[in-house]
Amino acid sequence: MSRTIRIRKGADIRLQGRPAAQVVDAQRSAVYAIQPSDFHGVIPKMEARPGDRLQAGDVLFRDKEKPEVVYLSPVSGVLKEVVRGAKRRILAVEVEADATDTFRSFPTLDPQRASREEILAAVLQGGLFPFFEQRPFAVPANPADRPRAIYISGFSSAPLAPDMGTVLAGRMEDFQAGVWALGKLAGEGGVHLGVRPGDSVYAGVKGVEVTAFEGPHPAGNVGVQIHWTHPVNKGEVIWTMHPEDVVALGHLLTHGHYRMDRVVAAGGSEHPSPQHYRVRMGSRADVLMGGAAYSDRVRVVSGDVLSGTQVQAGGYLGAKHHQLAMLPEGRDPKFLLTEGWLSPGLNKFSLSRAFPTWLLPKSKEFALDTNNNGEHRAFVVSGQYEAVFPFDILPVHLVKSILANDIDGMERLGIYEVAPEDFALCEFSCTSKMELQHIVREGLDLLQNELG
Amino acid sequence: MKALHQLLDRVRPNFQEGGKLSRFWVVYDALETFAFTPGHVTHKGTHIRDGIDLKRTMFIVILALVPALLFGTWNQGHQYLLSIGEISTSDPYLFRIWEKLGIGAIKVLPLIVVSYGVGLGIEFLFAGMRKHAINEGFLVSGMLIPLIMPVDVPLWMVAIATAFAVVIAKEVFGGTGMNILNVALTARAFLFFAYPKQMSGEIWIHNVEASKADGLLVDGYTGATALGELAGTVGKAVDSPEAAAVMSKFGPDGMFSWMNAFLGTIPGSIGETSSLAILLGAALLIWTGIGSWRIMLSFLLGGLGMAFVFNLAAANAYMTLPPLHQVVLGGFMFGMVFMATDPVSAAQTDMGKWIYGFIGGALSILIRVVNPAYPEGVMMAILFINVIAPLIDHFVVQANVSRREKRWLAAQKISTSTAN
Repeated sequence: MSRTIRIRKGADIRLQGRPAAQVVDAQRSAVYAIQPSDFHGVIPKMEARPGDRLQAGDVLFRDKEKPEVVYLSPVSGVLKEVVRGAKRRILAVEVEADATDTFRSFPTLDPQRASREEILAAVLQGGLFPFFEQRPFAVPANPADRPRAIYISGFSSAPLAPDMGTVLAGRMEDFQAGVWALGKLAGEGGVHLGVRPGDSVYAGVKGVEVTAFEGPHPAGNVGVQIHWTHPVNKGEVIWTMHPEDVVALGHLLTHGHYRMDRVVAAGGSEHPSPQHYRVRMGSRADVLMGGAAYSDRVRVVSGDVLSGTQVQAGGYLGAKHHQLAMLPEGRDPKFLLTEGWLSPGLNKFSLSRAFPTWLLPKSKEFALDTNNNGEHRAFVVSGQYEAVFPFDILPVHLVKSILANDIDGMERLGIYEVAPEDFALCEFSCTSKMELQHIVREGLDLLQNELG
Repeated sequence: MKALHQLLDRVRPNFQEGGKLSRFWVVYDALETFAFTPGHVTHKGTHIRDGIDLKRTMFIVILALVPALLFGTWNQGHQYLLSIGEISTSDPYLFRIWEKLGIGAIKVLPLIVVSYGVGLGIEFLFAGMRKHAINEGFLVSGMLIPLIMPVDVPLWMVAIATAFAVVIAKEVFGGTGMNILNVALTARAFLFFAYPKQMSGEIWIHNVEASKADGLLVDGYTGATALGELAGTVGKAVDSPEAAAVMSKFGPDGMFSWMNAFLGTIPGSIGETSSLAILLGAALLIWTGIGSWRIMLSFLLGGLGMAFVFNLAAANAYMTLPPLHQVVLGGFMFGMVFMATDPVSAAQTDMGKWIYGFIGGALSILIRVVNPAYPEGVMMAILFINVIAPLIDHFVVQANVSRREKRWLAAQKISTSTAN
C-alpha cells in the first residue's frame, strides 16, 4: 500500500472559472511553434530551414551545448519562420501545419526488455529528452547524468488545475510503458509517483513507488514531493517529468511516433467556456480561448496563474504548460475607501486575514485581477512565506542570501532543492510585493554558472 | 472618485522630472498612492497578487491601537480628577466622561500631532533625498510614540525624541524594514537617558506638581506609577512597615489592585495602563494574523515564569507580587503586544520568535524587580532582545543548515557503503 503524507503548509487560491471535467477537441491551429525559452538555458542550433517540409518528429533544432538533445516538430507541415529577437536570439520556430499530421517512424522497442542505453538513445532520438527536468537548478536534464531517481507528480494543485483523471483517460497504457522506460533510466532510487489519496486514474500502475499527498497547493509541485520523500542532497541529481510527457514517451517507444498530445485545462473568470481542450503541443493559444479574442482588458496566461507566462496576441501555449488561464487585467487605480487599503475589502482575497473575506465559506471563488495590489517595499512582515512554503528550508534567509549573491549561503540554506515555482505562493502572499520567482531563478542560474 | 483621479493626473506633469515642482515628487507620489492603489499590474512571476499591502498592514495595527488610545485619553482625565478630589473611586467610570475625555484629549492630541508631524516630515525629507517612495512604517511608530509618553511631557521633548528615533534608529540604517531597534522605543529610551529628571519620579498624573503646590492633591496620590511605588520596597525587609504600606496599595482594595491594573484605572504612560484595551488590540492582531501570536505568548510566559521565580526567592516585598499581577503593571502588556512584535526588529524565524519573546518577557520582569533605577524594565528588555534577535535567528538558521548537512553526510555514507 502506498504511503500518505499530509502537507500542512500552503494555500488553495480559489479562482472563478474552474475548468469543467470534460474534454473537447480544440480547433487545429494554423501555425505551431516551439519556443526555446520554454527550456530554460537552452541555446538552439537550427537544423531545419524555413521552407523545409517536415513530418511530425523531424528535427527543428538541437541543443548547442548537448548536441545529442534534439527538439522535434510536433506537427507535419512547412517550417514557416525562425522568429528572432534582440541579439538574434531565437524566440520561436514556427511550423505552418498540414490539415492532418503524418508521423516520422521511429524504431519501437519493449521498454521492459530494452537496456538503459537503448532506451536513452531512443528517448534522445525521439525528441523527448528535453522534457526531463532536473533538480538541482530546475533546468532541462543532462543525458550524461544517471539520476538517483525520477519523480512524476501525478496531479496539479495550482489554481484552475487540470483534472488528471480527465487528462489521462484512455492514455494509461502509454503511461505504463513510459513508466517502465523511466525505471530503466533511473538509478537506485527508482521511479516515484505522487498522487492524491484515492486517485483512481493511477490504480494498477506498476513499477513506481506511489506516495499520496494530502493538503493544499503546492502539494502537487514535484519539488515538494521530492522533499517529503527523499530530499535532494548536494551532489545528487533527480529528474522529473510531467505525466503527459510520460504518456508521450510510452507512445514513442511502443508506437514509434512523436505524438505530443496535450489535454489543457483552460479557465479563469474571463474564459467563456472553462473546460479541458485537446491540442497538439505548440498550438496557438487562441484556439483554447473558447472563441474569445485577445483584448487589453484580459490577460492570457500559459501555465498556471502563479508561475506561468503571459501570452501576447498571436502567441503560443508553452511546451511544458498544461493550463491556460484568462484573467481580468487590473489597470484601474483603486480608490482607498472603495477598493483600496482602507476599504472593508469584501471582494478582496488575501491569505493574511486582513480582509473579512477569510470568513467566507471555503467554496467561495474569487475573480482576481492582475493588479499588484500595492507597491514594492523592503522586507517588513515576517512569517508570511513560511506559512505557504512546505519545505524544511528558511525561505526569507534563502532569498536574502540570493539577493546578496552569497553562493556559500545559498548552498547551505538548501537552494538545491527548490525551483522558482516553489516560491510562487510566497510571491503571491508577499506584503512587500517581492518578485521571488525571478530572484530564485537568478540565484539558481548564478550557482549553476559558478559550479560550471 | 474619477474626478479626483483626473485631477491627480492633470497635476502630475508638474511633479515629474523636468516639471516645476519635481522636487516635491515624493510628496505627490505619497499622496497619490495614499488615495489610490496604483493600477500597476504584475509583469513577471505570479500573475495574481494577494490583496494585502503594507498600507493595509499598518492600518490594522493602528486599528488595534485605538482601544488603548481611547482608554488612555479617558484615563488621563480620570486620574487628574481623582488626584484633585473632584471625583472619588466609588463614582462610576462613566461619571463626567466628557470632561475626562476632554482633559485627556487636550494633552494627548498635541502629542500625536507633534509625533506625526516631526516623524513624517523627516521621512519625506529622506525619501526626497534618496529618491525612494515614502514607506508606511512611521504610520504606526507615530502613534506608538505618544502612547508611551507620560502625560505632561513637554512637546519639544517629544519632537526631539521623535527626530532622534527616526534619524538614528531608522533612516541611518536605510529606512523602514532595515532598522535594528524598535523606533518608538528608541524615542522613549532617548528621553529616559537624555532627560532622566523629567522622565522619572512623580510625573504620571496630569498637573500633579501644581496640584500639590496648590494643596489640592488628595492623600495617597503622588503621581508615581505602580512600578515606582514598588521600586521603593527594594532593599527593605518583606515585613518592614514601609514595605507593608506600599504592598497594601496592591491589595484587593488598593489603588493598584489587580482589577484596577487590568482595567487600567491607574497612573502611567498614556496607552500602557489598560491591559484590557491592549488585549483587545492583541485579539485583532492575532485574528488578522498581522501580529505574531508566538511572540506575544512566549513573552507572556517568560514574564510569568520570571515573576514566579521571584515569588520563590521572595527576598523583598516586590518579589512577592503574584505573577499575574506583575504582568498587568507598567508597560509589560503594551510592550508585549505592540513593541516586541514589530516584525522588522523582532526575530524572523518561527522558532526564533519563541526564544525571542520568552527572553524579552523574562528580562522585563528581571530588570524592573532587580534594578529599581529602571522601573520600566520592558523598554530596556525589548531594546535588548531587538539587538540579540539576529543572533537568535542565526542559531535557528544554523540548526536548519546542520540538519541538511547531517542528511547529506548520511547519504554519503550509504553511497560509499554500497560502493564497497
